[in-house]
Amino acid sequence: MSEEKFDAIIVGGGLAGATAAYILANAGMEVLLADRGDFCGSKNVTGGRLYAHSLEKVFPGFAEEAPIERKVTHEKISLMTPKSSLDIGFSSEKLGEDPESASYTILHSKFDPWLAEKCEEAGVMLVPGIRVDSCVVEDGKVVGIDAGGEIMYSDVVIIADGVNSLLAQKLGMKKELTPHEVAVGVKEVIKLDEEVINQRFGVRGNEGVAWLSAGDATAGAFGGGLLYTNKDTISIGIVATLADIGYTDISIPDLLDRYKEHPAIKPYIEGGETIEYSAHLVPEAGVHMIPELVRDGVLVTGDAAGFVVNLGFTVRGMDFAVESGRLAAEAVIRAKEAGDFSKEGLSSYVDALNESFIMKDMKALKGFPAILSRREVFKDLPEMVDDICTKLFTVSGKPSMDFIMYVINSMASHLSVAQLTSLVGDIMDAF
Amino acid sequence: MAKMSVDDKLGLDLFHTDEHNPHITVNEDYDDMEEIRKVLLACPAGLYHYENGKVTFSHEGCLECGTCRVLSIDKVVKSWDHPMGGAGVQFRQG
Ligand SMILES: Cc1cc2nc3c(=O)[nH]c(=O)nc-3n(C[C@H](O)[C@H](O)[C@H](O)COP(=O)(O)OP(=O)(O)OC[C@H]3O[C@@H](n4cnc5c(N)ncnc54)[C@H](O)[C@@H]3O)c2cc1C
Ligand code: SF4
Repeated sequence: MSEEKFDAIIVGGGLAGATAAYILANAGMEVLLADRGDFCGSKNVTGGRLYAHSLEKVFPGFAEEAPIERKVTHEKISLMTPKSSLDIGFSSEKLGEDPESASYTILHSKFDPWLAEKCEEAGVMLVPGIRVDSCVVEDGKVVGIDAGGEIMYSDVVIIADGVNSLLAQKLGMKKELTPHEVAVGVKEVIKLDEEVINQRFGVRGNEGVAWLSAGDATAGAFGGGLLYTNKDTISIGIVATLADIGYTDISIPDLLDRYKEHPAIKPYIEGGETIEYSAHLVPEAGVHMIPELVRDGVLVTGDAAGFVVNLGFTVRGMDFAVESGRLAAEAVIRAKEAGDFSKEGLSSYVDALNESFIMKDMKALKGFPAILSRREVFKDLPEMVDDICTKLFTVSGKPSMDFIMYVINSMASHLSVAQLTSLVGDIMDAF
Repeated sequence: MAKMSVDDKLGLDLFHTDEHNPHITVNEDYDDMEEIRKVLLACPAGLYHYENGKVTFSHEGCLECGTCRVLSIDKVVKSWDHPMGGAGVQFRQG
């Protein structure tokens, strides 16, 4: 195999890498897709909800045949204190009425293999079970990969190795991750009867729920809780920013247990059986952590490029992974036509990213990481809301203070004027 | 739901542990307690311990998240790599 030269080698068979491989193979190129897992998806963890729009461009109507779990028709976000939860719910048959605006709950280890199969059908040479140790560089240009001493050559390498992108780091395209840039997500998949899920969550057929929460989910630390309904399982997890580890003495595994015990959560998972426990990092710093995206003979996509936005009430990484994989592949096709795989020859990737929703959304939302690293959002605000709602909904026969006065007093006791002004300032900046 | 220990939860996952090549090694004698505390709290698999003045660690049960690397490379963590191809955790749900 070492003698053979591929048109393109793609490292990482997640959504970014597999999408790129599929498009290149369809364009008639010789493509090798390497993944360190026994099968594509066996190392990957998501929340998760896949916003369909970007995959729809590659596989129109994919939800008809791909192993999706449920279509999200019910949205819920909660602000929690240890004993309370202020919930905002929205359900509508309009959610996901047309395929481009639909979103589906998925499980990576089931979904990614489907995409890998599509790649193989398109002629991609799929090699699971190999860890790529580095890119081979000759005269400053990436010319292939080194996997355990075996060298494989190609005109171009697409790095799609996920958030811990050791390959981009070794090339010096990306710096070592810092605790401010990533959060750790821990998740359990809990088995429950399909009908029980339908009844508890008030959904029918393949309708599903996406439920994100802030506040007590992480005991006031930066992060949040997530719950997604799958066909006959529930994905439940917490995400905690690494820079805020140690804010409490509660360990990450205990935080998840605590979240599962929250009075607003517990009734939904009661009687279920955990069938898997997983953990994975999530890029969080948005546009602030984007690495060098192209060099001679190499492009970086997906989580490896930090393409994720976390807004607290929604996390998007998968639709970014798919889109960036597609745009990288299209840039490679143009480079091949021009016979130029230099940084310049591949730079249409960066132009296309800038024109796409990826960079537009990441730039528009660049203020969000600042909001999501404010204690007020995770601790003071939930407590204040708890206080006000308890007042609003309690009738005990005692003469009540003027409600507006109560709200003002409550705000003053939880947030100082300076905190409030600066929080509002951050929120205005973010929008 | 009955409460499960981290070890019970790891017992549900499938691992092909590479006994001979630990993909993570630690600086046993590292002594900044604040740093050690963070790594102990953060590891989702609870694989880091501090006993008799030493950091102890076993790579068996590692979920390969990278948290310890990001928090403490060149401090508590001496080296961190992905396991060899095919080795380590194999998620079936993800
Ligand atoms: C807890 C959690 C919740 C999330 N929730 C959501 C959500 O609800 N919606 C959403 O859109 N996004 C969500 N995300 C983010 C989303 O999962 C990711 O952004 C997306 O899956 C990234 O895809 P990728 O292809 O870039 O990377 P990955 O899926 O990580 O794929 C990388 C691949 O590279 C392989 N690899 C790595 N190194 C090597 C190597 N050296 N050699 C060979 N192969 C290698 C790995 O085995 C893996 O298959 C969530 C993430 C987490 C952790
Ligand atoms: S990679 Fe994650 S699971 Fe493995 S030892 Fe480090 S923190 Fe623990």
